Amino acid sequence: MKILDDALALRQIQDSLRKNYDPTKKLVTICAGTGCRGYGCISVKEELEAEIKKQNMNVEVRATGCFGFCEKGPLVVIHPEKIFYQQVKVKDVPEIISKTVAHGEILEKLLYRDPDTKETVLKEEDVPFYKKQHRLVFGQNGMIDPSRLDDYLAIDGYSALAKALTEMTPEDVISEVKKAGLRGRGGGGFHAGVKWEGCRKAHGSHKYVIGNGDEGDPGAYMDRSLMEGNPHSVIEGMIIGAYAIGANEGYIYVRNEYPLAVMNLSLAINSAKEAGLLGKKILGTDFSFDIHINKGGGAFVCGESSALFASIEGRAGEPRAKYIHAVEKGLWDKPTVLNNVETWANVPVIINKGADWYASIGTEGSKGTKIFSLVGKINNTGLIEVPMGMTLREIIYGMGGGIPGGRKFKAVQTGGPSGGCIPESLLDLPVDFDKLYEVGSMMGSGGMIVMDDKSCMVDVAKYFLAFLQEESCGKCVPCREGVRRMREILEDICAGRGKEGDVELLEHLSTGVADGSLCALGGSAPNPVLSTIKYFREEYDAHIKNKRCPAGVCKALITYSIDPEKCTGCTLCSRVCPVEAISGEKKKPHKIDIDKCTRCGACIESCKFDAITVE
Amino acid sequence: MVNLIINGKDVKAREDMMVLEAARMAGFDIPTLCAHESVSRSGACRLCVVEIKKGNRTRIVTSCLYPIEEGLVVETNTARVQNVRRLVMELLLARCPEADVLKKMAAEMGIESQPRFVADTDKGKCILCRSCVRVCDEVVGVSAIGLFARGSHKNVGTPFMEQSDVCIGCGACVYVCPTGHIEMTSTGDKRKIWGRTFKMQACEKCGKHFAPVDQLKYISKKTGVPVKEMAICMDCR
Repeated sequence: MKILDDALALRQIQDSLRKNYDPTKKLVTICAGTGCRGYGCISVKEELEAEIKKQNMNVEVRATGCFGFCEKGPLVVIHPEKIFYQQVKVKDVPEIISKTVAHGEILEKLLYRDPDTKETVLKEEDVPFYKKQHRLVFGQNGMIDPSRLDDYLAIDGYSALAKALTEMTPEDVISEVKKAGLRGRGGGGFHAGVKWEGCRKAHGSHKYVIGNGDEGDPGAYMDRSLMEGNPHSVIEGMIIGAYAIGANEGYIYVRNEYPLAVMNLSLAINSAKEAGLLGKKILGTDFSFDIHINKGGGAFVCGESSALFASIEGRAGEPRAKYIHAVEKGLWDKPTVLNNVETWANVPVIINKGADWYASIGTEGSKGTKIFSLVGKINNTGLIEVPMGMTLREIIYGMGGGIPGGRKFKAVQTGGPSGGCIPESLLDLPVDFDKLYEVGSMMGSGGMIVMDDKSCMVDVAKYFLAFLQEESCGKCVPCREGVRRMREILEDICAGRGKEGDVELLEHLSTGVADGSLCALGGSAPNPVLSTIKYFREEYDAHIKNKRCPAGVCKALITYSIDPEKCTGCTLCSRVCPVEAISGEKKKPHKIDIDKCTRCGACIESCKFDAITVE
Repeated sequence: MVNLIINGKDVKAREDMMVLEAARMAGFDIPTLCAHESVSRSGACRLCVVEIKKGNRTRIVTSCLYPIEEGLVVETNTARVQNVRRLVMELLLARCPEADVLKKMAAEMGIESQPRFVADTDKGKCILCRSCVRVCDEVVGVSAIGLFARGSHKNVGTPFMEQSDVCIGCGACVYVCPTGHIEMTSTGDKRKIWGRTFKMQACEKCGKHFAPVDQLKYISKKTGVPVKEMAICMDCR
């Protein structure tokens, strides 16, 4: 591409590209995010291209970023009608091309079928999963090939940058972002504009901006999908931020376990540089800015800002005391603004559409939208982007489609491993930064793990504490030793060794760990314990006092038995049992030898008559 | 000078002081384990926490790292502060049950070991305060030891726990260790530390073995003073 040496050149190329991207033209898009790649979408894409060639057609097949509805991948959309096909396999391809693409004929079997009404849905936007979403940041993922700058330019990409550089002063940009009320999407929820202003005012000639893509929460992958699917939106946001604070150098810190994100970001940075959108004299102005990619080594704690700085600086990823803020002394002790990649991707939207428009979305204290990753015991696993203030019920039942197998909702863990578990009684809670905090959880980066009535809340707390114990950097005593001791007590409780007073001790340890820890990892580590005690105290009591696990999860506290009334003697369970603990004659009720039984659950999974019970 | 209030008392202190120094200067005792005068501070032990008030907001900070500022209100012994210190001591007693320093300190603070914690047997007396690592890097300048692994597996030692080629056997790490974890034994003309045995220099006057030869060589390299001139012990000099 030729170098875009002013805003007019950018406008001209956008206009000419838009002609090639005629919305009435035939086009097949296929989700090529990591999730759909796992389903085999690349073979589907290759087959689509081969079949189009075979049938002598001239239709573009575009591998795009993640559409979000991961449960139903691989996902294919036929444009311009926007016919939405799900769970597409290689063998479906010839028909898609010969019928739908060639003649607009609909293949009913590939449409989404509403599990309640059993009716099929034709278009993506009418699928309940998408219907109430407001995809400000994530919406373009499904239209652009993230490896091509042209695709991003054709949807007006880098217009916000041109506007900021040519029509706004750095102060104007900051004031716009402040007015929009943009808060940090990585977990802290700090006002981005306030942070930028602090950094702009900080003394020092060399300043940095950083995009934090070190997403590490179990079950969360919205940042990955954003970096993979629309890397230029993150980069554009960072360039605008750099202009606002007066930085000439930036880093994107991205997990090395996200190879596709690393690749697409690298391609995007290179192509932006070639086009004069990054590097020296951006769009012919006096502003220069460059971005480096720093691959993270797999430590969860490096998502914490000061640990991230240490990691970029080449030291062990350990946080330090932040009594002097990063906007004054951050990376290499220089003034630094660090924002999550989703926060950065919101910036072009704000500049393009204006702060007032942006601030009209969301709640009083939390503006705009948020991308959540909906995982766990939920029908529609995937990524959703909704306006702040949507209730948990709308998210879990509306978009998420409720709990699989007709089971009962029990809790949703928001905010990652150090978030809290929110019970059914709070399902009507509007989701925003402040409301989640009030009920003992947090927004975090946007993970939502849904649990059903087969989840033991003590076991859940134990799982998260074990994760945090492993991921603690080990620098300060309350986090390194305190989280470990809390996990040991939880392990005792789950193993039937719980003692009277353990719950009170856990609460007591929690306050000390939260107050005494050096960084937010330790500071919030007790949340899973405190929130499960608060909302599911009776489960702790059942484990400790009655040595029972009501959810039937904790192996030391449960026994398996076969209901002779229900057992038909089909022998299936005795055949799947890996330790030969089940015996019985054909067509007669079977029995479980509880001394041999390892409570693996294989028999329950296999029984078609619901005859095996856990108590 | 900066004016601040510590435990209700007006205190004037030098701008470059941390809350810890200002409080101690004003006569308030704050316990510490990892703040050693010879090395930079890390805030790892968390014993020195205090509660600060700014506007309507109070929070717990480590006094060893918090720079004083005009009008700062500090409380060094609130219930919240005591709660953190108690937890830290209980956790350290469980980690290092053999450490007399910790036992004595806990007794002075009126803290007993938490019976629900199963005492560790594999951690020695090391509280991972990292003073040894810092002295080896910042004062000695050889970085023979470092921290490795993460979380509860974190440990201190030479790379791969093998004999270090850069260690000079000076024992500065032993000197700064607050709990006496690091073992250094000297017999005859040998000193053993971090798994390596060093040959000791005998004083040319009294014959006493006073320093590892490697240490004298290192000092010689740094200062330009010939090793021969340093072959006399401190007593005979």
